[in-house]
Amino acid sequence: MKSIHVSTTVNGDAVEFICAPDESLLDVLRNRLGLTGAKEGCGTGDCGACSVTLDGRLVCSCLVLGAEAEGSSVGTIEGIADGDTLHPLQQSFIDHAALQCGICTPGILVAAKSLLEKNPDPTDTEVRYWLAGNLCRCTGYDKIIYAVQDAAKKMRSA
Amino acid sequence: MGQSLQKGNNMRFARPETAHEAAGLIAQEIGLVRILSGGTDVMVQLKAGLVEPALIVDIKRIPGMRTITPEAGGFRIGAAVSGAELGEHAEVRALWPGVVEGAELIGSTQVQGRATMAGNLCNGSPAADAVPGLVAANAVARIMGPNGERDCPIADIPAGPGKTTLAKGEFLTSIFLPARPARSGDAYLRFIPRTEMDIAVAAAAVNLTLDAAGVIIAARVVLGAVAPTVRLVPAAADTIIGSKLDEAALAALSAACSAACSPIDDKRGTIEFRTQVAGVLAKRAALIAYSRAGEKK
Repeated sequence: MKSIHVSTTVNGDAVEFICAPDESLLDVLRNRLGLTGAKEGCGTGDCGACSVTLDGRLVCSCLVLGAEAEGSSVGTIEGIADGDTLHPLQQSFIDHAALQCGICTPGILVAAKSLLEKNPDPTDTEVRYWLAGNLCRCTGYDKIIYAVQDAAKKMRSA
Repeated sequence: MGQSLQKGNNMRFARPETAHEAAGLIAQEIGLVRILSGGTDVMVQLKAGLVEPALIVDIKRIPGMRTITPEAGGFRIGAAVSGAELGEHAEVRALWPGVVEGAELIGSTQVQGRATMAGNLCNGSPAADAVPGLVAANAVARIMGPNGERDCPIADIPAGPGKTTLAKGEFLTSIFLPARPARSGDAYLRFIPRTEMDIAVAAAAVNLTLDAAGVIIAARVVLGAVAPTVRLVPAAADTIIGSKLDEAALAALSAACSAACSPIDDKRGTIEFRTQVAGVLAKRAALIAYSRAGEKK
């Protein structure tokens, strides 16, 4: 299989990689770029554990080919904190114990950040609908909603 | 290191810059070709090994594929415009709210970031949420192929589960949503056993136009998930044309829709359930369309 050379931007940094034509962006991130924050849950776009942004748009990286990232801008969980300072959403998830096993957490944080950029003051219902594509088998979701709302509140007053 | 979705195949990836270049690549290919737009169906099929294409053609770099352009009082929607992009377009939403609400029901926020109406159509699912609204709107697909470009009503594209009438080498470049008369409204409703992220068990789209007195003078009624294809039901439209959507007209609409159903029986809905619910949804969608057209009910 002929490999493809791809130039892209990941979390603001110029990145180049070689991938197979049918290799997913998720596999590129995890196996070639060492960015293992995005997880593979289902591999079919149902669970949201692999959520990243592609040109600012929330997507499942398992449903994107690595080759499609050419000339694009990819945002992952690794780009959310500012150095050693956690993003307010990350801190809020810790404060509210909004995770247990943690597999779904990176995807939920990327998705929630994308929501708050679009809508800084969502209702609980809007948060639940936005995150409907992020499955969590541990928390029962309530703590996730509390954590997102608390972070939103802090970000609005910041 | 990196892994392929499928071991041992020789899939190639192409990213043409023009529709002609894409058509040429597809025409020259001896093996199976898959068009990649949003990828939310194709990537799943690749992963599951359902298709093993020799060539994937990503059409997103072709000019016009990702843009929404006003045209003749309506809008031309590029084949790679995502549900999220469509939903954020206030003018399209204002002109064709039923089309937009159908497209927005597909998948999660993540899937909306990529999934397209054109892909939903070409995937060929009888339960495709974007398609009934497009058929009701009398939308027209622009198709590129080895013999050049042609236009085709969306209604003539579905051919059965997973099948379309597109010829070998053809692909959609855009969907045209026409202008509509004043006092028109459309709506799409589906039944799913949960509140979000599911496949329609039954669905209905209604597009109608009223006269100054509130009498329906034109209508298109379309059912989803109750036949091998999305189904345009002229007999159902006839039951409400000439009415003000009174109880008798609504009952006749519901009965005509149920009579047009030939659904499958599966774990998500029985034949009897789908047949009844399709009629109920058509009635409710008609009421929403009627109020969007400017009349209280």
